[in-house]
Amino acid sequence: MTERGLRSYYGRPVLKEPTWTWEVPTYFFTGGLAGASSVLSTSARLAGNERLARTALYVGAAADLVSPALLVSDLGRPERFHHMLRVFKVTSPMNVGSWVLLVSGGASITAAVLERAGRLKPLEVLAETVATLAGPPLTTYTGVLVADTAVPVWHEARRELPWIFGASAAASAGAAASVFLRPEDARPARRLAVAGVLAEGALMQLMELRLGTTGEVYRQGAAGKFSWAAKGLATAGAALLARRAGRSRTALALGGALVCAGEMCLRWAVFKAGAQSARDPKYVVEPQRERVEQRLARSRGGT
Amino acid sequence: MTVAPDGWLTYDVARQERVGFFTDTSICIGCKACEVACKEWNAIPEDGRDWTGYSYDNTVQLDANSWRHVAFVEQEKPVRADGDGGTSLRWLMESDVCKHCTHAACLDVCPTGALFRTEFGTVVVQQDVCNGCGYCVSACPFGVLDKRHLAPAPDLPAFAKEDGRVWKCTLCYDRLKGGHEPACAKACPTESIQFGPLDELRERADARLAKLEAEGADGAQLYGRDPEDGVGGFGAFFLLLDDPEVYGLPPDPVVTTRDLPEMWTNMLAAAGALVVGVAAAFVGGRS
Repeated sequence: MTERGLRSYYGRPVLKEPTWTWEVPTYFFTGGLAGASSVLSTSARLAGNERLARTALYVGAAADLVSPALLVSDLGRPERFHHMLRVFKVTSPMNVGSWVLLVSGGASITAAVLERAGRLKPLEVLAETVATLAGPPLTTYTGVLVADTAVPVWHEARRELPWIFGASAAASAGAAASVFLRPEDARPARRLAVAGVLAEGALMQLMELRLGTTGEVYRQGAAGKFSWAAKGLATAGAALLARRAGRSRTALALGGALVCAGEMCLRWAVFKAGAQSARDPKYVVEPQRERVEQRLARSRGGT
Repeated sequence: MTVAPDGWLTYDVARQERVGFFTDTSICIGCKACEVACKEWNAIPEDGRDWTGYSYDNTVQLDANSWRHVAFVEQEKPVRADGDGGTSLRWLMESDVCKHCTHAACLDVCPTGALFRTEFGTVVVQQDVCNGCGYCVSACPFGVLDKRHLAPAPDLPAFAKEDGRVWKCTLCYDRLKGGHEPACAKACPTESIQFGPLDELRERADARLAKLEAEGADGAQLYGRDPEDGVGGFGAFFLLLDDPEVYGLPPDPVVTTRDLPEMWTNMLAAAGALVVGVAAAFVGGRS
């Protein structure tokens, strides 16, 4: 901030607010759930926990089915969704993400159908392998997607967002599988959910700390409410999963559902924070003005 | 394909000299002829008439339906440099437009390739390709691009409820193809909007700034002229009489994709950590 205080054009925003609607934060949740579930399913299969493997496979496939529908629905011209696939463009996280979702979704849905049918085992293994490889980037690319914008609270959090989204996806996958399992099969899923919630809580704190003034939108308005709800729901769910869900199926299902709700709120908090950050010119102008003043001071010092 | 001096992969023999605008706000009279000419030439639909109270500005911003926007700023300024004679009104006017950045974030992030770099070095949306994903809207550091929510155009299917695509200044691509200058520059009565080869415009702008400074103008500055700035310089740059933020412009815009390589690496590391985390959930005895 300069001595003159913030200067702006009638307090108007410098940036446009993201045009994305409810489908996008919802997809951040379902996409993360899909990607992490594929990894959870394969890990469970390798560990010999067939019930968990199957549950996570079906959960992942369901999420993979919903995800593209949400994304298509968000487009201004939904009938042109396939234009995403007319190029491959590494400078566009949305383009890369479309390809990752296509591969990951196609593979996990194929694997789930074959599992249900009990046929073509080798093809199912191949599909599961592909889904497991495409799953992890599916959970974290969305962090790059929002960070690769001019929105201050997103771009300045580019180091933390992929990690936060990854942790949130891990928590969602563990929690969603827990909802459908018996306590004796759910132990790795519970552990994953609890660890994900803990990791994401710490990462969110780190992000807000590093963001400084830019991060204050996480304590204001809709983003503040979602952020608060995310913490409350996820913490309550994780506590249930850690303490009670070892014996009680009800606690297991309830804990899983609470964590999932918390993760959805987390995605909404990030989404709303972006809109609030773009809306207020001070988050755009102040840090940039500071950079300009510093450069001026340096060049004056140099001569 | 060859690499142009600005680092663009571009059109071999079809490549033209890079052109752009130099908008000299010191001689803008706020007539809005540029806004009108732009709307007429490009057949941009009417998008409502609101009285804002922002001086003479009822257009408010650049968006899908306004590709030139004249900003009006009213300031109380001392009449004399020595402070005598009290203060009086200074009226600033600036015709804003898409900057046609050297390193354009909108173009980088566009997932369909609808946004492209023309043979003139300008940035244009192909309306038959854009699917209205809105990524460019959030990527633009100037808030230039926006989705059009008005009634659909005739070339769209019958079920379309709204246009839904992103629109912005094309630097009159069609007129350039025909060897004409863009409509706004043609209509500008004071040559506040100057069109031409970018190198030539930069020289002209330097001379104009030097003249203003020699006459004692305080705070006059070129905005977007420097090819070393965060977006590699603008194809459409400005001479301003006060700081950019006063006109609603960001003082130090940076192309977001500058940090993308680092973001991709970071994302892959996080993806790896997820795999390790899931595997770890299976390690250890029963509780």
